[in-house]
Formats: sequence, C-alpha cells, structure tokens
Amino acid sequence: MSNDVLFEIKDLEVSYGSIAAIKGISLEVRKGEIVTILGANGAGKTTTMRTISQLLKAKNGSIKFKGIELTHLPAHKIVKLGISHSPEGRRVFSILTVEENLMLGAFTRSKVNKETLNWVYELFPRLQERRKQLAGTLSGGEQQMLAIGRSLMSDPEMLLLDEPSLGIAPILVKAIFEQIKAIAGKGVTVLLVEQNAKAALKLADRGYVLDVGKIALEGTSAELLASEKVQEAYLGKKH
Amino acid sequence: MDIFLQQLANGLTIGSMFALVALGYTMVYGVMKLINFAHGDMVAASAFVGLTIYTQVMGQATSLLAVIVIFLLTALTMACVGVILERLAYRPLRNAPRLSAVVSALGASLVIQNGIMLVWGPRMRIFPELVPQVYWDFNGVVISMIQVIILVLSLVLMLALYLFVEKTRVGAAVRAASIDQDAARLMGINVNSIIALIFIIGSSLGAVGGLFIGLYYRGITFNMGWQYGLYAFIAAILGGIGNIPGAMIGGMLLGLFNAFIAGYVSSTWADAFTFILLILILIVRPTGILGERVAEKV
Ligand SMILES: Nc1ncnc2c1ncn2[C@@H]1O[C@H](COP(=O)(O)OP(=O)(O)OP(=O)(O)O)[C@@H](O)[C@H]1O
Ligand SMILES: [Mg+2]
Repeated sequence: MSNDVLFEIKDLEVSYGSIAAIKGISLEVRKGEIVTILGANGAGKTTTMRTISQLLKAKNGSIKFKGIELTHLPAHKIVKLGISHSPEGRRVFSILTVEENLMLGAFTRSKVNKETLNWVYELFPRLQERRKQLAGTLSGGEQQMLAIGRSLMSDPEMLLLDEPSLGIAPILVKAIFEQIKAIAGKGVTVLLVEQNAKAALKLADRGYVLDVGKIALEGTSAELLASEKVQEAYLGKKH
Repeated sequence: MDIFLQQLANGLTIGSMFALVALGYTMVYGVMKLINFAHGDMVAASAFVGLTIYTQVMGQATSLLAVIVIFLLTALTMACVGVILERLAYRPLRNAPRLSAVVSALGASLVIQNGIMLVWGPRMRIFPELVPQVYWDFNGVVISMIQVIILVLSLVLMLALYLFVEKTRVGAAVRAASIDQDAARLMGINVNSIIALIFIIGSSLGAVGGLFIGLYYRGITFNMGWQYGLYAFIAAILGGIGNIPGAMIGGMLLGLFNAFIAGYVSSTWADAFTFILLILILIVRPTGILGERVAEKV
C-alpha cells in the first residue's frame, strides 16, 4: 500500500515564536482518499494546513508530496505542484467579482481550463448566477462555495479544505459535504479539517484526531466513529 | 471667464503631475499598507537624473527621439532605484511593527534627499528646455505646448495603468495581493514579485512626474520632493489611499483647486486652503472621495 502514498508528513513541529503549536505529528494520505483531521479548537489543525501550504514554516520535520519536499519551497510554488488550499474563514477576494476570484484560482495555469470552470459552475450553480457580483457581498455559504470553487480552478491533485462548514446553516452543510464527495469522486484527493466530526467521518475514509499539537488517535472512519474517545469528545455521547 | 479657463488649464496640468506622483503612494500603500515617504524624493531625484542624462548621455540633444530616450532612461533608472529601495528599506521590515517601517521610510527619504544634494549640489539647477516654448493664445487664455504634453501623456499613462490593473491577469494578481497576501500566495501569486512590480510602476510614473515638474517649473532643487510629495500624498488621501482611480481623481481635483485658489484668491494662500480642503473632506468622508474599496456585508 505504501507505494501509493501521495502525501506524507513526518515528525512535523511548528511554533509561533516560542510557543509550540504542532509537536511532532506524522500522517499520510493515499491517492484518491478523503482523510480528515479532527480536533478541538486550538488543536493545531489550521496550523498544520498552513504549514503544508508553506504560509507557515516548519521548525522541524518533513512534508512530502509525490516525493517532493515542500518545506524548502516558498508558498506560491505549492499550488503549481498540485496542492490547492481552501483556507479557514474562506478568504475570498472581497472586492473582486466571483468570476475574477475563480480566474485567480487558475493563476498558475497559462489558460483557464474551461472544463474545470464549467464543472465548478455545475457543482455550485449559485456562483454562475452571481459571477459579476463582488465576492464580499455573497452570503457566508456562497463565499464558502466560492472558496472551494476557486481552489478547484488549478485542477489540483490534492485539495486542502479547512472547515468548509464553518458558519454555515445545517441545511447547507449537508450540501457542501455532498459536493466534497462529488469532488473526491472526480479523483481529487482530499484532506479535510472539520469541527463537524460526525459529518466528516461519514465522508472520510480515514481520520486523525489532533490534540494540542499531537496526534491522539488515528484510524479508519469506522474505527474512529466507534471509539469512545471520539464519541465523548466530538459526538457528544456519554458512556 | 478668462481667469476660469486659464486656471482650468493650469489646474489640469499640475493636477496631472500630482496624480502621477500620487499613484506611487497609493499603489505601495495598497499592497504593503505602508506610506513610502521616500517617494517624493524619488520624484525630485528623477528631475536631476533626467538633467544628467540630457547633458552627459544625450549630448544636450532636444530632438523628439532624444526627449523620448531621456524619459525612458530616467524611468528605467528610477524603477531600479525603487526596487533597490524596497529591498533595502522595506523588505527586511515586512513583518516588523508598522512604526519601524515608517521610520525606515522617513530615513530613506532623508538619504535620497541628501544623496541628491551630494551629487548635484544644494543650489537650484535649471532643467533643460526639452520642449519648445510654443504658446497658443485663445482670446487671452494662454496654453503652452508643455501643458498639452503633460496633460495628454499623463492621461495616456493613467489609462494604461487602469487597464492593466483592471483587465489583465497580472493586474488581478496585484489587486488580490492588496486584499489578502496569504490568500494570494495560495493562488500561486509571488507576492514579492508583485511588490517589486508595484515599485517599478510607481517609481516610473513618479519619474515622469519629476520630469514634468522640471519641464513646467524649470527650477529644480534637491529638497523639492518634500513639497511635491506632500501634495501628491494629499491627493492620494483625498481620493482614498490605496485606491488607484482615487489617486487619479484626487490629483486632478487638488490641481484644479490649487489653480483656482491661486487665480481667484492668491497663490500665497493656496497651500493653506489646500489643507483646509483636505481636513474638510476628511471630516465628511474619512476614507477619501472614493474611499478604501470595501465590499463587506453588514
Ligand atoms: N498567529 C499565531 N500566533 C500565535 N499563536 C497562534 C497563532 N495562530 C495560532 N496560534 C495558536 O496555535 C494553536 C493552534 O491554532 P490553530 O489555529 O492551528 O488551531 P485549530 O485547530 O485550527 O483551531 P480551530 O478549530 O479553532 O480553528 C492555538 O493554541 C493558537 O492559539
Ligand atoms: Mg482552525
């Protein structure tokens, strides 16, 4: 199995000044998988994602994508390798139009892939309706769709999604998870960070539970769903 | 009516120069949230660089081709200086507190000003007559060829900049980087290159502005960057700092305002009135005429 490992983190440590946020984690993602990282607020999920994208620099350890070491690369070189990141809090370009945001998602491509654009509009028809609207005037859910759509425009092999359901009405959360499933169905490998553990584990093949900068638990989604620790901490069940 | 038309023409001329220089302030602020106080001194330096290129490189030629070459070489030189300035004075402080960058900017301003004085001396120098002194008299309203050139060339440059920023892929990257640098990096945009580009464009436009100042006012001094820089900076704030069309409008309005005060009141009061205008506008619209562009949902 190890020969189809697409992405691998080994002994990663990340600090903010003198405060250690990630204290030596290792994880791997195989081609075509949906892998989720769960954890309480402040566990280090976003820190991990930002370090993968090199917006933060690792203090120690390695991050490899298709055998290429990422930790020495500047942030703007990552997307070209095939890793696209839809960040926490959406971070759409508020005073640009929906369409301009999507075009920027394809910045590293010499030409916008029309097929991808059509696919994004198919996944999120709302974006097509509102393509001339400024991104900052979209609703929260629509902005999330735009953030995901934008990250698809580079035709990534692996997609990093940081809390795609953050601040979104329950009914829309379901839709977003459906769309993530559809994206994975197209062969995109997904690394998903979520607060919504139940929904994430239903969708994912495997998961890691992060606890103050360390991996507390890992396993298949079924194993994690069944584990007492996860049930207590994230699914609100008492034993 | 004559005064009005005359001051309109004069106002549009100085307004174009303010606008060209204001663009440098506003573009840098847009991406870096930094006031590049050295920009005015760069503009002053441009006039001196142009002077030297005219005497040393072009052998005092004033043919159309020679003038074009002088403009291009000056803009190129100042673009390089701008990139070096960013590397030395601002990039090392990118993650430092804002105040450190402000101090660095003020320091850079002094260094450039003193540099001009060391190289070209403390006394006023006369800028060459690169454009023939041709005047047209329309029933008492006198317009010079220099004025027409300044206005037309400024408008062309501003239109080109506007189209570049609004309509091209790299222009969109510039806008993205000024909204959210990290998000821009996630798109694969090299923010360092964008910042270098901003300094290249801003310094080149400032260089053209500096040459225009030389052509129009003729006398150039090592410390004139302070005065013109301040005006342009006010123009940028008037239009809404960080806002590119705002700097263009702010520059033009400020030029017109100045010319009308000079025409109808007195030129000695122009500066004072300008500041009163600035304060009034900022009271009514704290973010300038066009404002910082926001599209936040409330
Ligand atoms: N810029 C920063 N400077 C200092 N400390 C930070 C910074 N960003 C995050 N931290 C700290 O690092 C730890 C991990 O933060 P991180 O944002 O990675 O958590 P998270 O798992 O994404 O949490 P959440 O579920 O709330 O998004 C937290 O203790 C946080 O306070
Ligand atoms: Mg987070």
